[in-house]
Amino acid sequence: MSTSEKTIVSFILNDAPQTISVNPLRRFSDVLREDLGLTGTKVGCDAGDCGACTILIDGEQRYACLTAVGQLEGHNARTVEGLAESSNLTTLQQAFLDEGAAQCGICTPGMLMAAQSLLDQTANPTESQVLDAIGGVLCRCTGYTKIVQAVLKAGQTSSTEQTPPSGSAVGSRMVKVDGRKKLTGEEIFSADHAPEDSLWLRSIRSPHPRAKFTIAHPEKVLQKYPGMVKVLTADDVTGNNGFGIFPHIKDQPVLAKDHVRFRGEAVVALVGERESVESVSEEDLGLTWEPLEAIRGWDASLSGNLEPVQAEIPDNILAKGFLKKNDVEKGFSESFVVAEGSWTTSAVEHGYIEPEAGYARKVGQRLEIFVCTQAPYLDQTEVAQVLGLAAEQIRIIPSAVGGAFGGKLDISVQPLVALAAWILDRPVRCIYTRPESLASTTKRHPARMNAKAGCSRDGKLTAFEFHGDFNTGAYASWGPTVADRVPIHCTGPYFVPNVLSQTKALLTNETPSGAFRGFGTPQAAIACEALMDELAEKIGMDALDFRIKNALRKGDRTSTNQLLENSVGQVECLESLKSRWQKWRKEAAVFNQKATHIKRGVGCGSAWYGCGNTSLSNPSTIRVGINGKGKVTLYNGAMDIGQGSNTIMVQICADALGLPASQFEYVMGDTDLTADAGKTSASRQAFVSGKATQLSGEHLRAQIIHLAEATEPATLRIEQTEMSATEKLIVEDENGEHVIILADILPQPNGDVLTGEGTFDPPTTTLDENRQGSPYATYGFAAHLAEVEVDTLLGTTKVLRIAAAHDVGRTINPTQVEGQVHGGIAQGLGMALMEEYIQAVSENLHDYLMPTVGDMPEIEVILIEDPEPLGPYGAKGIGEHALIPTAPAILGAIKHATGVSIHHVPATPDRVFTALREAEK
Amino acid sequence: MFPYFRPDNLEDALAALDEHPRIMLAGGTDFFPARVGKSITDNVLDLTGIPQLRAIQQTVEGFQLGALTTWTDIVEAKLPPAFDGLKQAAKTIGGVQTQNAGTLCGNICNTSPAADSVPNLLALEAEVQLQSVRETRVLPLEEFILGNRKTAKKEDELISGIFIPHPAEKALGNFEKLGTRAYLVISIVMVGVVAELNGLDEILNLKIAIGACSPVAQRLRLLEQEAVGQKLNSIEILPKHLELLEPIDDIRASADYRKKVVPELIQRAIKGVLKS
Repeated sequence: MSTSEKTIVSFILNDAPQTISVNPLRRFSDVLREDLGLTGTKVGCDAGDCGACTILIDGEQRYACLTAVGQLEGHNARTVEGLAESSNLTTLQQAFLDEGAAQCGICTPGMLMAAQSLLDQTANPTESQVLDAIGGVLCRCTGYTKIVQAVLKAGQTSSTEQTPPSGSAVGSRMVKVDGRKKLTGEEIFSADHAPEDSLWLRSIRSPHPRAKFTIAHPEKVLQKYPGMVKVLTADDVTGNNGFGIFPHIKDQPVLAKDHVRFRGEAVVALVGERESVESVSEEDLGLTWEPLEAIRGWDASLSGNLEPVQAEIPDNILAKGFLKKNDVEKGFSESFVVAEGSWTTSAVEHGYIEPEAGYARKVGQRLEIFVCTQAPYLDQTEVAQVLGLAAEQIRIIPSAVGGAFGGKLDISVQPLVALAAWILDRPVRCIYTRPESLASTTKRHPARMNAKAGCSRDGKLTAFEFHGDFNTGAYASWGPTVADRVPIHCTGPYFVPNVLSQTKALLTNETPSGAFRGFGTPQAAIACEALMDELAEKIGMDALDFRIKNALRKGDRTSTNQLLENSVGQVECLESLKSRWQKWRKEAAVFNQKATHIKRGVGCGSAWYGCGNTSLSNPSTIRVGINGKGKVTLYNGAMDIGQGSNTIMVQICADALGLPASQFEYVMGDTDLTADAGKTSASRQAFVSGKATQLSGEHLRAQIIHLAEATEPATLRIEQTEMSATEKLIVEDENGEHVIILADILPQPNGDVLTGEGTFDPPTTTLDENRQGSPYATYGFAAHLAEVEVDTLLGTTKVLRIAAAHDVGRTINPTQVEGQVHGGIAQGLGMALMEEYIQAVSENLHDYLMPTVGDMPEIEVILIEDPEPLGPYGAKGIGEHALIPTAPAILGAIKHATGVSIHHVPATPDRVFTALREAEK
Repeated sequence: MFPYFRPDNLEDALAALDEHPRIMLAGGTDFFPARVGKSITDNVLDLTGIPQLRAIQQTVEGFQLGALTTWTDIVEAKLPPAFDGLKQAAKTIGGVQTQNAGTLCGNICNTSPAADSVPNLLALEAEVQLQSVRETRVLPLEEFILGNRKTAKKEDELISGIFIPHPAEKALGNFEKLGTRAYLVISIVMVGVVAELNGLDEILNLKIAIGACSPVAQRLRLLEQEAVGQKLNSIEILPKHLELLEPIDDIRASADYRKKVVPELIQRAIKGVLKS
């Protein structure tokens, strides 16, 4: 018997006896998912680093990915599917739903099982017991805060779940419309489903950052491995072997030809039976590499010493950004004080717990692609041009998305599975391993920044100058966007009369950098906010007062000379933090008087961020329909990547239409069923698609009022009856009830009898040669305070408290906005203190460190509502604003605690220690 | 390739090893992470079906930890205060999931320079019990671990357990682990201590070992000797005490940093025994 031969294993699974014939060395997580159909147990790393696969064995929490199925013999296992009886949620699951503890939901099953193991022992655990119990599960969305709250509340209180009545959905804490299935394991993520007869696809990727290669005999593997069906190389690409975000920059090959430009670039795609594709080696293919000297970092990119990364771009400068407002030289010459400095940041991984996955299948002369994505319509056109097909021939069916944060804007598995399925006329699936996901998908741009700011004697900013080099890696991805957005945002939310900013996106032989929550702005904010602290110090002014004095107000003009007329809550954000700022600083001073080597400090960071694309049309179209049976469906093309757009769009549409949110069903992002609502990026969905949703609801309502021959004000209700033919839509106005028999209306092909549609494209202007104009229709504003404790003898930093004030225009759902802020803070904390992606070194989640539950501070969220007239019910975006101020606040707090400025993030213990020792010299 | 084998008794396990070399599997917390995305073709001897290997027993001579003793078993066992450092290490390994599955013996077999059990086991003067069909032998842990990923275990041997002689009655243990995050953390530096004090908080006997600062965790014998008779909170750490350490630069920290924080961590580990 070979190791791959099967043995019989008998065990109890979710209270039922199981006897299976299986290769005993397979991971139990894999057997649960692929053989037993229990996909509630998730796989995020296969290495015991993320905890998504946590299950109970004999009541103890265990990683299913580290358990050989043979070890289950005679034992008792429980998975998330075995938590709830029938359709009733357990008290723990209910608490998760009520508290908003699940965002994307990919870590949720593991979190639930880890927490359940504690609750089985201790009905009323302490907070530290909860932290210990769930410390082995990573969450990238929630910042853990609501998860801890949910575990503490499980079983203590009865459910607060209620659905808001008609007309009061907006502003309510309505639970997620997709929350329940995320808690039971029923939610279908990208790796959770594929047709049964799917072939598997695995890419062979470059182990070298730059190399030439040859594949001597790819066909030989077809003979050696009977399960192998096809070896795809660059020559098999039927359309354009290049992809990229911009229509005119398709520079990244689907499969590299002859040479590779970064470690992790795909050169071959193996298609066949799973065991065979997993067994093929480079030797089998005759794959040989000729490594070349790689360009790493900003200096090497600009030096011109080596052959350029891409022959067409001889100076390695992919894109330049620029902004000029008035005369910065004059501004500095008139300054009373000037502060300047240099900062560098590291590559940061998005760290979504769901690795990229999906399948494609041919249906007639079309392809269906099921995949995790932030941009179904972008995927559609991209796959079409790679395959040489018309866009209409591609249908993107998005899976539930297990976190994205910008990293799933670019395509990953899509063109590979599409190409294979098209050529072979068989369904083909692919699931990235964690190392593959880390090595091959985009990162946050490492930045090298020089910045300078000046102010008058009384603390008014006079000038701001910024130069930033952004390492964009081997291919364009979103490099041009980062180079473009940073100059606009780098001054922070402050009024500056004279501004000069210049950026470059530089090509290197490193992992492509792309979109990541903030498009370069979080990096720039580190420089900007450090300068604000320094200027305040130089003129002897309180750092928060300095920020308030300079904060943008209504009637101010931004660095692009845009007049801000509405919804500018920066001053309110800062003012709302003032009492805490003074109290915390006082408490830190008292603590530090007695402290020996532990020092406390409090810092502040601000943020602003334009919602939507920069000076570009970025419309969303949303539809809503009612069918003959009275079912209301929201056709929502906006991708919910965990942030909760599925829920807030229902809330918005419900109030616009005037029916209760509980009567809504929804379709998300399917390119055949929904209109284009653009990408889930640039903090645009709540604002842009939200407005389109409001318009769609209002459009449908207007039709109903018209059809019923009623007049506003009116109330709507649907009367469900036993006999399906007589569902009534009743409109009541001052003249009484008007009845529409829905079944009497001729249905459209999708069964709907009445449809509303709304389109919104935020108004912007083109920018002139100095990038002056109105690039965004609205901006979100924010400020964070952070309190830290630095162990000055070891260089370790612990964040104790964060207070976060955000002007969101109008809160559609407070629970979800708080969740966005908590999660943004967690990512900002990671960026500030621990996250650093290094090719070949941190290609796993134990060397690439993201915050665990024990790293999170106490967080207080303060929501400021300065309504945006263009937004749905006054709302604007929050996604990126949540992260931007955190790292600057933490670094400011370290400076306040120790007197030491940190100029390179992450501020790991060794870097803080070194900075402290140098300051002592 | 030979079949996956999960015997229910030690004799069958030893016989299987006598037949062919095999990779031992217990908690899987090192085995599976080393094989992400790879087809698993190893010849595996799975020890988890042998119940008598999972036991902690107190004997006249000391404590007998079976080969399958998990981190959680250590945390939950009633052990003298000298074991407190080992218990703390057990609580800081991975998440609870890893603590429930991973074994001490697996940790010492994997011989990572950052193996969390090793400094404590060195300070407890642990011995490794090796068994094959031919012989049973016992090696001090220091002689068992030969280097980074190298041990004295022969191909036909398995570790049947770890023996720890009775610590002095009043001995206290402590552990300091320096890392970059709160859970799921791999050490930058760690210190395991077992110390015996008199009523004046003076050191009667000290055993101390440092992990993650050399290919194999090191006992600091010179420091141990010179500390005797000194007050707990006034022990001076001198460069000569740390000559055996040869830290490297890696993703977690620089070598220079490790060198510079070791004395502080040693001080904290020693002073901290009082909380045990």
